[in-house]
Amino acid sequence: MLSIIQEPGLTYWLLLSTVLFSIGLYGFFTRTNAIGILISVELMLNAAAISFVSFNNFAVTGDLDGQIMTMFIIAVAAAEVVIGMAIFIQIFSKQRHLNVTKMNELSR
Amino acid sequence: MNTYGFFLTNIWLILLIPLLSFIIVGLFIGPKNKKLAGIFATTSIFVCAALAYGATFEYLSLFPLGAEHPVIVPWSVQWMPYLENLTATLGIMVDPLSLLLMMIITTVSSMVHLYSIGYMHGDPGYSRFFTVLNLFTLSMLGLVVAPNILQMFVFWELVGASSFFLIGFYYTKASAVAASKKAFIVTRFADLGFLLGILILSYEAYHLFSLEAFAHLSSYNAFDFNFLNHPEVINALSTADGALLTFALVLLFIGAAGKSAMFPLHIWLPDAMEGPTPVSALIHAATMVVAGVYLVGRLFPLFGSSEVALNVVTYVGAFTCVFAAVIACTQNDIKRVLAFSTLSQLGYMMLSLGVASPLHKLGYLASNFHLMTHAFFKALLFLGAGSIIHAVHSNDIWQMGGLRKKLPVTHITFLMATIAIAGIPPFSGFYSKDEILAAALVNNPIVFIIGLFVAALTAFYMFRIYFLSFCGEAKSDGAKQAKESSISMLIPLIFLSVLSVVSGWFPFEKFFLSEALVHNTPSWLPIVASGSGLLGVLLAYLFYFKKTTYANSVKNGFGPLHTVIQNKFYIDAVYLFVVHKIIFRFIAAPIAWIDRHIVDATMDKTAYVTKESGLVLKKIQTGNIHTYTMMFLLGGLVLFLLLLGVGF
Repeated sequence: MLSIIQEPGLTYWLLLSTVLFSIGLYGFFTRTNAIGILISVELMLNAAAISFVSFNNFAVTGDLDGQIMTMFIIAVAAAEVVIGMAIFIQIFSKQRHLNVTKMNELSR
Repeated sequence: MNTYGFFLTNIWLILLIPLLSFIIVGLFIGPKNKKLAGIFATTSIFVCAALAYGATFEYLSLFPLGAEHPVIVPWSVQWMPYLENLTATLGIMVDPLSLLLMMIITTVSSMVHLYSIGYMHGDPGYSRFFTVLNLFTLSMLGLVVAPNILQMFVFWELVGASSFFLIGFYYTKASAVAASKKAFIVTRFADLGFLLGILILSYEAYHLFSLEAFAHLSSYNAFDFNFLNHPEVINALSTADGALLTFALVLLFIGAAGKSAMFPLHIWLPDAMEGPTPVSALIHAATMVVAGVYLVGRLFPLFGSSEVALNVVTYVGAFTCVFAAVIACTQNDIKRVLAFSTLSQLGYMMLSLGVASPLHKLGYLASNFHLMTHAFFKALLFLGAGSIIHAVHSNDIWQMGGLRKKLPVTHITFLMATIAIAGIPPFSGFYSKDEILAAALVNNPIVFIIGLFVAALTAFYMFRIYFLSFCGEAKSDGAKQAKESSISMLIPLIFLSVLSVVSGWFPFEKFFLSEALVHNTPSWLPIVASGSGLLGVLLAYLFYFKKTTYANSVKNGFGPLHTVIQNKFYIDAVYLFVVHKIIFRFIAAPIAWIDRHIVDATMDKTAYVTKESGLVLKKIQTGNIHTYTMMFLLGGLVLFLLLLGVGF
């Protein structure tokens, strides 16, 4: 293994997590399509999951709390996608669009 | 203890049969087959009558005439257990008084049922009529057989309800609806007194059980008549708090006065004549209206312990008696005359109870005797009046006349009942009135004179309607074309006319009391009593048969007074004034104001504030998901910074 390519430390993993989270956040605010927003949310969840495993690996020894938390995040994300998609299908079949800025009928 | 024969052992059938008949006729037969409904309902009441007579014969064979007549309860089940010694049972109590009432009710009711088959023929509400009539008979029987005051109250309300249904039977007629409401409200007002009386009385009686001296009575309940009428209980109650006992008894009497239409709660009875005539005969003459007399009679030993309560009974009875008789002389509607006559005779029974005392029971006896004879002849009078109305198609006695030849059977039976109520021997009314007058003479001469005066008035107004409707010339087309009624209407008339004669010969004293009464009545009393009746007949004869001008000159002589009497002393107007001008304006109107401006307004303002604030707050809810997340993010940031400032 080349010595230039170093084994990445905690900082790099957290950097990756931050970048991923920021992309998600940006996507969340700029997207108007509900599916795009859902994807952005998934990105942010995964960013959080990465930081959990990183801390578990580098900061704590002999404990699996961070990994277990990650499992939870994955499970929750999967469930969320199922429910979210089901709702989107219903909305789409009624309104023929998934533009969240137009979904404000209750406030009228 | 099961030494009773068939009738007493199965005495509960007397309630079960009308109940089943009520349900079957009302739900199953009535809607499909009208004719069968009438026959079925009538048959079941005839069976009840047979049971009542059978039970009486059995009772008399166990305890013969003149012997001790104990109160027995052959059947009872636990009904409403509140506490030990405070449990209401549903049962049947048998003693001479309840047997007498059972016989009267079933006899008159079966006759009225039979009569109604003809009278109500072709009416659209035919089967409804028989259904409610059965319900009424059931309730009335339940009332008189009640072994405790609570069961009595429940059935008391049931008779009130069935009376309400039957007065308003022609519910498309506004006057019938108004009359039924009036009857219901007035009697309900009186029932409040009854209920309060029950509460006070049973509360006081219940507290006796904690005393050592009443340990041997611990198998009784505070509601039981047996307990309330027990000599030791009466003694304890009247020595503990005599005033409270009197108060409770007067409250009970208010209930009785409402049902028996005593002044000033009498206003509903004349209006109740809006119901079909058989109903007037059964409910508003023979049975339901005597429930008040029965209540006082049932608790007579208790009433006897309070002189004030007895005086209230006496004077209210005496006043109603003379008051109603005077009005009856001026009315022109045949049923109204009979209604006021009923009021007057009920007053007679009440005053008779009032002048009795535990030591001198003649008045008590006479009251129940008169209750029986009156039930028969007054039911007969009403049924006869129904037959006349059926033939003439009018209630106005001035539209009748000359019906003697056209309605021969009705004429004879009506005449017999009229003689009976006028108190002329040997018809039944004479015997019972004679006993009442004898009881009054011994205890209260003023009441005696009132009684004598009313006896003359009764004879006068009854013969007035007799002469006007049956004698002379026919005064309208209806009267000219009148035809005798059908056979099913005539049989009850004939049967009841026989009873109106012979019921006076019933060995009443021996049936009720074991010891012989001391009769210290002067020998001139029967002569004076029947003489006053004959005087009334003579006056009516001169006024209305001889076609003299006396009637008009007397009427003109009284002038304004006659108008006042004809308008029933404006009692109804006084009630209307009190209700509309005082209760509505000074009680109901402020309450309505409070309801509208305070109770309702609180709710309305709460709703208004909620709505308005909702309108304002809804602007925050843009429905834009990006706004929400931005807010969430900002909130999270602020929270984070705050935590940073506090802890880290």
